[in-house]
Amino acid sequence: MNSGYYFRRRLRNRFFLSLSVVATAFGLSWLALILGTLLYEGFSSIDLGLFIQSTPPPGSMGGLLNAILGSLMMSSFAVLIGTPLGIFAGTYLAEYGRHTKLATVVRFVNDILLSAPSIVLGLFIYDVMVLTMGHFSAWAGGVALAVIVIPVVVRTTENMLLLIPNTLREAAVALGAPRSHVIQQVTWRAARAGIVTGVLLAIARISGETAPLLFTALNNQFFSLNPNAPMASLPVAIFQMAMSPYADWHRLAWSGALLITLAVLVLSITARVLEARTDRS
Amino acid sequence: MVDLALSHDVTSPSSARLRSSYRNDRLFHRLTLGCAVVVVAMFVGIIWSLTAGAWPAIRAFGLPFLWTEAWNPVTEKFGALAPIYGTLVTSAIAMLFAVPIGIGIAIFLTELCPRPLRRPIGIAVELLAGIPSIIYGIWGLFVLAPVLQQSVMPRVIGTFAGIPVLSSLFAGPPYGIGIFTAGLILAIMTLPFISAITRDVFEAVPPVLKEAAYGLGATTWEVLWNVVLPYTRAGVVGGVMLALGRALGETMAVTFVIGNAHRIATSLLAPGTTISAAIANEFTEAIGDLYGPALIELGLILFLVTVVVLAVAQLMLHRLELRAGERP
Repeated sequence: MNSGYYFRRRLRNRFFLSLSVVATAFGLSWLALILGTLLYEGFSSIDLGLFIQSTPPPGSMGGLLNAILGSLMMSSFAVLIGTPLGIFAGTYLAEYGRHTKLATVVRFVNDILLSAPSIVLGLFIYDVMVLTMGHFSAWAGGVALAVIVIPVVVRTTENMLLLIPNTLREAAVALGAPRSHVIQQVTWRAARAGIVTGVLLAIARISGETAPLLFTALNNQFFSLNPNAPMASLPVAIFQMAMSPYADWHRLAWSGALLITLAVLVLSITARVLEARTDRS
Repeated sequence: MVDLALSHDVTSPSSARLRSSYRNDRLFHRLTLGCAVVVVAMFVGIIWSLTAGAWPAIRAFGLPFLWTEAWNPVTEKFGALAPIYGTLVTSAIAMLFAVPIGIGIAIFLTELCPRPLRRPIGIAVELLAGIPSIIYGIWGLFVLAPVLQQSVMPRVIGTFAGIPVLSSLFAGPPYGIGIFTAGLILAIMTLPFISAITRDVFEAVPPVLKEAAYGLGATTWEVLWNVVLPYTRAGVVGGVMLALGRALGETMAVTFVIGNAHRIATSLLAPGTTISAAIANEFTEAIGDLYGPALIELGLILFLVTVVVLAVAQLMLHRLELRAGERP
């Protein structure tokens, strides 16, 4: 019949689909390039000293011990504040206030906070904590990170609780269990793996956050575990070292970047495995 | 049973237990409610504290702050035009590259990719979306910028030298760092983000719709263009807005490669600054009565703009969800 028309359609189909293949190859090769450089540069400068020495003055040997410990401390602090708060708020959204006006507002605001610029959150905590306390501190850094943890945990907790079939709740209520009992003993338990996934994703998210720490925890050239004083963290140490003109600092920055990336990848892969397990059960 | 229920008078021990259980129940309810309110309080607190912190600058400069280019800490004359310009232009460059490529990847993943590869590539894209921005920043500074400076930029400058508009957009000297490099890094960073959301949105299209179109003899591209894209338009736009929100507020990836120069150059290859980079670079060194407040006002502007962009993104994504609910 009209073979020219069909030919044109097939040609156009072929053309656009090949474009999408090219786009994929192009996009993925950039990302592969970044990861490749990171692994190459990072592994070539990782040694034991990295984990047992503190950040050096330029020109001498050193490691990232103070930054690693600082990151661990402030992240744990953020998780300790953010997780319970986020889980309770997410529980309210999914269990008590499912269709209330307040829940709609909380959901909307929460999703905005989820992608809000982290540097602004840093300014907020600077104003609330650093100015009132009169000095930079690891406490302030931890709270700034907690502000990032909360929305992530709220979102995943709500999503996971909504996946629990209502028949489970109804069965428990029919046995005469009070609402809080139903939530704690039935729905939380059923959604446990999902909620843990949310917490892991939140940790992954904050382990590379730099901007909110710049004016809260600041940085510390020396080994310090005092939460009331400025504290080093991996991302801020990387920022400072990468922007410096010293080659040995650059090498430390690369290995710090590799450490963060590995931590993030391990956390997100664990979260993914947990999530897959909940989906199946 | 009736007897049992009636025998619960106020003094019996089991009733006391019941009462305390009710009290706990109410307490738990209030606790969760309180935590939900904290989320809203955080949001209000951010706007309130930024406005309060920026107040001296707002009073001193007024609305012209938004279109003044001067940024002079010595004479305490501040204007937001250069950082606003940098933020908008870097994000625009990022979207220009990331949107078509990101959607292309989503198309590849949903329509073309052989089944065994679909999950691994999909997971790889999602993992990449989680890599912290500082990694992109350090890579941009040490790897991308030198390559751009030595081989790409001189060639681009040479190519466009004689053409009227383009010659000033791509004018030298090649610094390696600058607005264009920052936009490129942002593009690479937001790429997995856009692909992941677009792919999810594409997968939400009811198979019946696609099968009907295939049944009429449509090619894969025609199904995509005439069925999938119209059905998911709101979701795709929502995903792009979400990525734009991220790009506008992104700090570390940009701060490394922007050059931190408070001026508006016609050339895209020249150093500039963005709102977030200006805050990150200068806030701890801001002394004086107006320097700090001016930076906080920049933060306030950034926050308000991203809130609008993210709100639109949410409304778009929500609309798609509603439609998906209507048609089972």
